Amino acid sequence: MNTKTAKIAKPRKNALVMFIHKMGSPPWFYNFTGKFIPWLWLIFGVLAAWGLYLGLVKGPADYLQGESVRIIYLHVPAAWMSMLIYSTMAVMAFIALVWRIRIVEILAMTSAPIGAAFTIVTLTAGSLWGRPTWGTYWVWDARLTSELVLLFLYLGVIGLYNAIDEPRKAARAACLLSLVGAVNLPIIHYSVKWWNTLHQGSSISLLGGSSIDASILWPMLIVAVAAKFFYAANLLTRARVKLLEQDMRKGWVRDVLKEKN
Amino acid sequence: MSAQVAGGSLSGAFFALLRRDLLLAFRRRTELLFPVIFLLVVISLFPLGIGPSPQLLARIAPGVIWIAALLATVISLDALFRSDFEDGSLEQFVISGHPLTLISLAKIVAHWLVAGLPIVLLSPLLALWMNLPTESLGVMILTLALGTPILSLIGSIGVGLTISLKRGGQLLSLLVFPLYVPILIIATAAVMAASDGLPYTQFLGLLLAGLITSVTLAPFAAAAALKISLS
Amino acid sequence: MSHAPFIWAAYSIGAVVLLWCAVAPLVHKKSITRDIRRLIQIEESSRDSNS
Repeated sequence: MNTKTAKIAKPRKNALVMFIHKMGSPPWFYNFTGKFIPWLWLIFGVLAAWGLYLGLVKGPADYLQGESVRIIYLHVPAAWMSMLIYSTMAVMAFIALVWRIRIVEILAMTSAPIGAAFTIVTLTAGSLWGRPTWGTYWVWDARLTSELVLLFLYLGVIGLYNAIDEPRKAARAACLLSLVGAVNLPIIHYSVKWWNTLHQGSSISLLGGSSIDASILWPMLIVAVAAKFFYAANLLTRARVKLLEQDMRKGWVRDVLKEKN
Repeated sequence: MSAQVAGGSLSGAFFALLRRDLLLAFRRRTELLFPVIFLLVVISLFPLGIGPSPQLLARIAPGVIWIAALLATVISLDALFRSDFEDGSLEQFVISGHPLTLISLAKIVAHWLVAGLPIVLLSPLLALWMNLPTESLGVMILTLALGTPILSLIGSIGVGLTISLKRGGQLLSLLVFPLYVPILIIATAAVMAASDGLPYTQFLGLLLAGLITSVTLAPFAAAAALKISLS
Repeated sequence: MSHAPFIWAAYSIGAVVLLWCAVAPLVHKKSITRDIRRLIQIEESSRDSNS
């Protein structure tokens, strides 16, 4: 294994290019990410606990929305993550399709279930916020509707990836689909938004109208940063498992497992 | 090689393929009728399920006709590349050296002529059934004429991606329906605006813009999808 | 209307979904390492019987 990495590093290149080259090698990626995944989880735990403590325990209730405003610390960061993960997935899908890097393919594809999970959280939190505020669990509000379409897009990517047996072909097909979805997503978002105003939908939005009080904003931002660490840790964990699964019959997987014993 | 087939023979290949596909479709006339019959059956279910009230039917007519058109397009989409994939002629097209984008475009045009155009032609009858106001009938036909080609174009990407699967049809609907959302919204908004006597040309403009964009982009994406599926 | 049950429900559903999202790959990893170990065992035993 050591000789292999040395061979790749032979031509003199700057540190960043070398790092990217190394990350493309499955054993190197596996060992390198394995070292700091626990740290990512730790940072996530600390930030999430801190943000939620500030928001749920110390923070005040909103004078307009009452106690139900506390759902905001879950709903808004999850909504941001659902969109952020889709765009990261699309960027990685583009890289994977153009340069055919297997690790990037895997990272793009393992993003999809995490994004779908955040979308589900956004939708449930949003509808549970809607019950006390609007009086019903589901309103065809622009934000909820485009999140629902986003969930369908995620499910399509996951479904296509799992339906094709050959892993690289599956990844390439699903990567292309996620790119097509990414081109459509802004159009879907704006058309749904516009459709909502056309049909005179709900006017109270979870994010309030003009200004958000700092006592709400700060805990929300801390939770949002924590969610990014959750994504990073979860993504790398999933990618490592995927690598083990795909390379089951290769030598480096044996080495890794033997090292553990 | 591609330099040699430039110019006249490119369009020659396009029209040859288009003619072949139309001929094949015409030979299987009964299969050709399935999506159209499906459309009629689905539309006739709505009054049965909702009740025959003319006002209510007129209110939901644009949405119902458009959703039925989406469903009919999706069930006919699988035929777009399926038989050519199964008998290996798709691979022959790729080997022939003609750009796959052109081949995809020819097949998409053939699909629209076979599956999309009948919907447009049938829409007066559907509008009659659904009690759509006569003043918005023209807009309904226009939205279908502009919108159904977009459905075929976007759908071709989904078909290209699922073609190598044995039972790709079920997955296909999951892949393409979310992408159809904007078309559904804009097209039904145009018809509703016309029914209410409001200006609607801007919606038709949006549909036209969507058609032009998808004509320029979708064949490339469909060709890329086919390349992945054939690899 | 009391808002507390809705807040509790939102956070507990969120926690369950994200926890499942975090734990699923670990469970999967366990089954895969078991498969790989079995694969190694089979290969080694066949090698032993051959030699």
